Amino acid sequence: MAIATEPQNPLALGLERQPVAPTALVIFGATGDLAKRKLLPALYNLAHEGALPERFQLVGVSRKDKAHEDYRAECEQAIRAFSRRTPDDDVLAGLLENVRYVPGVFDDPNVYAALGEVLDGFDEDAGERLNRAFYLSTAPSFFPAIIGQLGGSGLSRRAETEVRVIVEKPFGSSLEEARELNARVLSVFDESQVFRIDHYLGKETVQNMLAFRFANGMFEPLWNRNYIDQVQITAAEDIGIGSRAGYYDRAGALRDLIQNHMLQLLCHVAMEPPGSFTAEEVRNEKVKVLHAIAAPTASEIPEMAVRAQYGAGHSGGEDVPGYLEEEGVPSDSITETYAALRLEVDNWRWAGVPFYLRAGKRLARKVTEIAVTLKPVPHLAFSQDGSLGVQPNQLILTVQPNEGVTLQLGAKIPGTRMSIRPVNMEFLYGTSFLSQSPEAYERLIMDAMRGDPTLFTRNDEVEAQWRICDPIVKYWRPAHPQTSGPRVGGLDQYEAGSQGPAAAAEILREGNSWRAI
Amino acid sequence: MASATVADAAWSERNTTPDAIAAALRELLAERSKLNQDAEDGGLVPARVLNMVVFVESAHSEEVADRLRGVGRYHASRTVVLSYERDREELDARVSITSERDRGPGEPALLRETAIVKIGERHLDDLTTIADPLVISDLPTLLWSPYRHPEAADALLELAQATLIDSIEEPVWSAAIERACGLSQQAYVVDLAWLRSTPWRERVAATFDPARMRPELSSLELLEIRHHSDSTVAAMLFVGWLASRLGWEMDPAEIEGHRRTGPDGALSGGARARDGERVELRLRAAAELRVPGLAGMRLRSRSGLRIDLDRGPGGLHERRRDRHENECEWTLLGASRGEGGILGEGIRQALLRDPAYLPALSAARTMLPRATPA
Repeated sequence: MAIATEPQNPLALGLERQPVAPTALVIFGATGDLAKRKLLPALYNLAHEGALPERFQLVGVSRKDKAHEDYRAECEQAIRAFSRRTPDDDVLAGLLENVRYVPGVFDDPNVYAALGEVLDGFDEDAGERLNRAFYLSTAPSFFPAIIGQLGGSGLSRRAETEVRVIVEKPFGSSLEEARELNARVLSVFDESQVFRIDHYLGKETVQNMLAFRFANGMFEPLWNRNYIDQVQITAAEDIGIGSRAGYYDRAGALRDLIQNHMLQLLCHVAMEPPGSFTAEEVRNEKVKVLHAIAAPTASEIPEMAVRAQYGAGHSGGEDVPGYLEEEGVPSDSITETYAALRLEVDNWRWAGVPFYLRAGKRLARKVTEIAVTLKPVPHLAFSQDGSLGVQPNQLILTVQPNEGVTLQLGAKIPGTRMSIRPVNMEFLYGTSFLSQSPEAYERLIMDAMRGDPTLFTRNDEVEAQWRICDPIVKYWRPAHPQTSGPRVGGLDQYEAGSQGPAAAAEILREGNSWRAI
Repeated sequence: MASATVADAAWSERNTTPDAIAAALRELLAERSKLNQDAEDGGLVPARVLNMVVFVESAHSEEVADRLRGVGRYHASRTVVLSYERDREELDARVSITSERDRGPGEPALLRETAIVKIGERHLDDLTTIADPLVISDLPTLLWSPYRHPEAADALLELAQATLIDSIEEPVWSAAIERACGLSQQAYVVDLAWLRSTPWRERVAATFDPARMRPELSSLELLEIRHHSDSTVAAMLFVGWLASRLGWEMDPAEIEGHRRTGPDGALSGGARARDGERVELRLRAAAELRVPGLAGMRLRSRSGLRIDLDRGPGGLHERRRDRHENECEWTLLGASRGEGGILGEGIRQALLRDPAYLPALSAARTMLPRATPA
């Protein structure tokens, strides 16, 4: 989404890569997994395409003590390992030349003094003041300390330059924490300086949902309770937790995926058309959707939410362990690896339409999709004998893999009888565009450096998301184990490689069923 | 990455017809589609983005095929190559369907179709009736006629929504500008000469983007461009771009030396900025540049700001001297796209619309010398 204002720079007209002000980017947690796998490769790819600002400096901040050269070598290794394209040696060398490293613990004021000196040095070398962007790619527990130190050291504001802070998810682990963190962040930065990352919003297919809904006249007239029967949003993974036990066991599926990514997807499906695609208007409409979803009461939760853990099973033709057998997972963990919710958006457009959200690990396959099921036709003149029959139309927006849109229609089976079966009308991104989608982080880093917050989550959005999920998080504490399925330890189990727990069907309305994963 | 192994297929026939070629394409696609029934991966899916019709003399067809192979992922979905051989009487054709080799696990393999149709002089009057049945309906069509076949290109233009040209291929650059202007009346023009200047335009736009730099734009007094000896048009389009964006009134340029600027020639001219002040324009060939396009440029403002941009390893090298004579330099990172990358970019641009090109072309046209040597 472009910023809707007319560019003031007369030379910017028609350029695909709009100018970005000279910037120094500081990554806290510079030696972490996210930096290595996503951020550094994204920065390289932006450099490769000539999209970085004309003056760009990168500073890594992390606890480990090391020289600039050592950190550059680590950056090079990470870029070569994880970049989506083979690096050009000259471009890579040019990028690494502009990399510095500042060691230290995040609550040490000396680190920020040293960082300030490095940043001032960039300005001095450039003969101008570079914008500054601080990327918090650390464990969330460090966010308050870093924010506080940035404020205390005076790095959070600077005359004649833009100073921005990019905050990785999770933004708090409860409503209370999210509020505290927001208060902390906003005591140091203005909301206009804060860019809360939800990398799903950087995905082309997620952005395309708005184009799909609001640039095509044929769907919007049907996009309401009169024609839509139900919406299912699925984020299924076939893999387990890998080496992320430390993080995942504290988070679980609800906090890891549903509270942020999946509620954002729901917002894209359910929001009203904004007057214009400015950041504020888009985010205002999303917040309205979140506010239209009632936070569940304790008595409602067993009827609308279900959780489970994967047990041992098979995936990709291999035997795989259950969650409790995974390395680093406590044997008595009650962290859910599967969560499903039924939510309702109580407004004029959506009243009565269930929105089902489910997310899980070690399921039958990897897929993220939104399936919109239309109501059945009011009268069917055809006999359904001998055929699969007429099914309600489904519109499936696949976010990953095989990004695209499928419209399921009823069609006559060739032959002498009037037999009907569902057929698919498919649009696949790969078949219809020449360009390769950039990685979500490439888009988001650029937007943050440009100061365009459209694809970032606003403070009230985050809190509205937590308001919905927080009661469930609390209810799912050990006092309320679920008991309807097979159990090992404290939580229901589902077989790895399966469709998920049978109990997931219990939250569905009568006549509804989960789509096969 | 998985590798597709069963998708490629071919058909050929001598003394054939467009209908038979179109039928062969349908048949081969249907066969590929049947393979999906047993596919364990994402299957085979025809790409449906863009048709490309290429008219080329048979002597150059291999070279053109090589160039098209080098465009990376920016392949047209269906490419129809009309390979011209003057004395040929019969229409021969070869159709092939190839699948993308690299793809992620579970992802579909994209199928791309190519029809090479060998034609002779007697077919030239009926080019559209040969090409039309072979392009996929409802997809935009891009026409490319390298090595200058203006009559054939003009005849095929009615099939196309966009035409790909490379103005540096015209031996007389003034004719190249006129030709691009003429084509622009009939279809959207993607000019590789224009695309060669894209990184330069992006960087100059970025240089003047900070608010404190913006006033310098209205006080530019010199623009000097060094370019490959064949790439005068690329340089003129850059000048035209700056002129059209900044509201300069161009004066006809003067030629120094040869009709195409080369090591022995140059083009100089001027423009009047919005405030009436004169901007000096100089275009000179850079003998050291081995690839088409721009080699470097200097912009100077009346305040004393001087910016030099030059090609360098890993991107464009910028040297800036401010009014106080403070100098600094750095590299604007960006990988070279190479000629294959530029052609691929041209194909991609057929699906976009660049609002800056036509004004730049028009401004470049006003720069044409009044009396171009023959």
